[in-house]
Amino acid sequence: MTHVLDPDALPDDARALMAPLPPYDDVTRSDSAFRTFLHGLPGVDQVGAEARVAQLGTRSIKTTAKAWAIDTAISMVDLTTLEGADTPGKVRSLAAKARRPDPGDPACPHVAAVCVYGDLAGVAREALGDSGIHVAAVATAFPSGRASRAVKIADVQDAVANGADEIDMVIDRGAFLSGRYLDVFEEIVAVKEACGPAHLKVILETGELVTLDNVRRASWIAMLAGGDFIKTSTGKVSPAATLPVSLVMLEAVRDFRAATGRQIGFKPAGGIRTTKDAVKHLVLINETVGADWLDPDWFRFGASSLLNDLLLQRQKLRTGHYSGPDYVTVD
Amino acid sequence: MNDRLAVRKTYKLYVNGAFPRSESGRTYEVTDVKGHFLANAAWASRKDARDAVVAARGAFAKWSGATAYNRGQVLYRVAEVMEGRHVQFCAEVAAVEGLSASKARAAVDAAIDRWVWYAGWTDKLAAVLGGANPVAGPYFDFSIPEPTGVVAVLAPQQSSLLGLVSVLAPVLAGGNTAVVVTSKERPIPAVTLAEVLATSDVPGGVVNVLTGDAEELGTWLAEHADVDGIDLTGAPAGRAMEFEREAAGTVKRVVRPPATEPDWTADPGLSRMTPFLETKTVWHPIGV
Repeated sequence: MTHVLDPDALPDDARALMAPLPPYDDVTRSDSAFRTFLHGLPGVDQVGAEARVAQLGTRSIKTTAKAWAIDTAISMVDLTTLEGADTPGKVRSLAAKARRPDPGDPACPHVAAVCVYGDLAGVAREALGDSGIHVAAVATAFPSGRASRAVKIADVQDAVANGADEIDMVIDRGAFLSGRYLDVFEEIVAVKEACGPAHLKVILETGELVTLDNVRRASWIAMLAGGDFIKTSTGKVSPAATLPVSLVMLEAVRDFRAATGRQIGFKPAGGIRTTKDAVKHLVLINETVGADWLDPDWFRFGASSLLNDLLLQRQKLRTGHYSGPDYVTVD
Repeated sequence: MNDRLAVRKTYKLYVNGAFPRSESGRTYEVTDVKGHFLANAAWASRKDARDAVVAARGAFAKWSGATAYNRGQVLYRVAEVMEGRHVQFCAEVAAVEGLSASKARAAVDAAIDRWVWYAGWTDKLAAVLGGANPVAGPYFDFSIPEPTGVVAVLAPQQSSLLGLVSVLAPVLAGGNTAVVVTSKERPIPAVTLAEVLATSDVPGGVVNVLTGDAEELGTWLAEHADVDGIDLTGAPAGRAMEFEREAAGTVKRVVRPPATEPDWTADPGLSRMTPFLETKTVWHPIGV
């Protein structure tokens, strides 16, 4: 399992930039061929997907399993602040929280990454130092993605130059919904190239894709184009990461690895606020794609308020009594 | 012969303005003093208490931020709706406490009057408990009472309505939000009070009513880090000291239980409002 940030992994990825992996290396040869391929993907049974996640959501995770799930979830959080009012000071305090989420308990793991706008990536990089926590930056005219390709590429290059080692891009939903799938594909390829060594997460913004069939198609476009992660949402549109959407994307990730051998990560973002939601996602991962994905390299939560709830639950397990919001930081 | 089937009631909890079943699914039978079945009540669990505290915390900003005048109006409206349910309250108090009709009526009258009395106090507390302080300098200095936060109330076990009102209303009048654990044997008037609160103007979450066992829930509420105060009036005799010790872990304000349940008809004075009020003192330069 090579980490994508590992320089030795580059040649493999470089190959992915050119054309999709076999056996899909010819599906992008033309617009119509690509459309035929995407519309030929098996349709999603929406009722079945909802029933499946509802059933998995009833799993009862208690005591030591719950403690493991909470610590695992904390180590998978992309601690996020994406507000117009973000300041360097806020990013620094968020970075401090990322390193030591619960200052009262040294056994508490650190989070996986801090996710900020590109211009603040440098501040986050400096504040995180050699802690091993990644700096993720949103780019490509986040959250709408409504800008010309040159601007998007420049946005990505700027974020990478500022020290981001993970780029969260948004796909062009306008192009996707009007059926120009190859445009979406080419844009992701171009952004991946601009990322250089940085890890690329492709945001589908599933709240705007309307149907689960579209979610499956967009997932395939992103994976074929060389994205390292597929991510549900920007967090700016509701609904965001619902469980049926996560199930469909995880199935896409599973099918893609089975066909090509390349493993893609998954990141639900937006709307995951409670420990219960997070644990439901962990169950969904384990039951859909397996334990290979239960690792911060392959699975992340994009969240801001989730971390506090995880910490409260962790404190409850540790002390035996309920904790309160006075015992975690206000972000 | 009356062959109509009896409508056997199963009451629920009152949390965050809604009437959920207990998360545990448990219920218990409530009987009158002679042992005849009255209704089923929800038997609240620790997770219901947890949810109630979250609801009370969520409602605190709005309730404590409302003007004292507005809080008084809202509480007075509760008394109005209680008055509309007068007959129902009388029947329930008579059944659960084993009182005669006239004594039950007197208890309900006293409970409604008590509620009105506390409703009147909301906008007078600042004048009585706060004020301008004399200072030796060119400053203006004043103190004002502020609500403590989320208060857990273990309601009296004997007096099902008057006692309940006498411990709940003072908490609300000061601007706190409340999680109430009712009398275990006599919860029915409290359930009706919850229905009154739901149909008056009190925002959801300001009062949360848990029917069940104060012995079971008391320890969770006393230890809960997001509860700011606890009234132990209805705590079981042997456990109150233990609850108080647990409450000390998060420096809660505690009202100790009396040795025996007091005569609730006596004038309470301010003794039940002040324990859950903080005094904030502000220095302000004169002039400018």
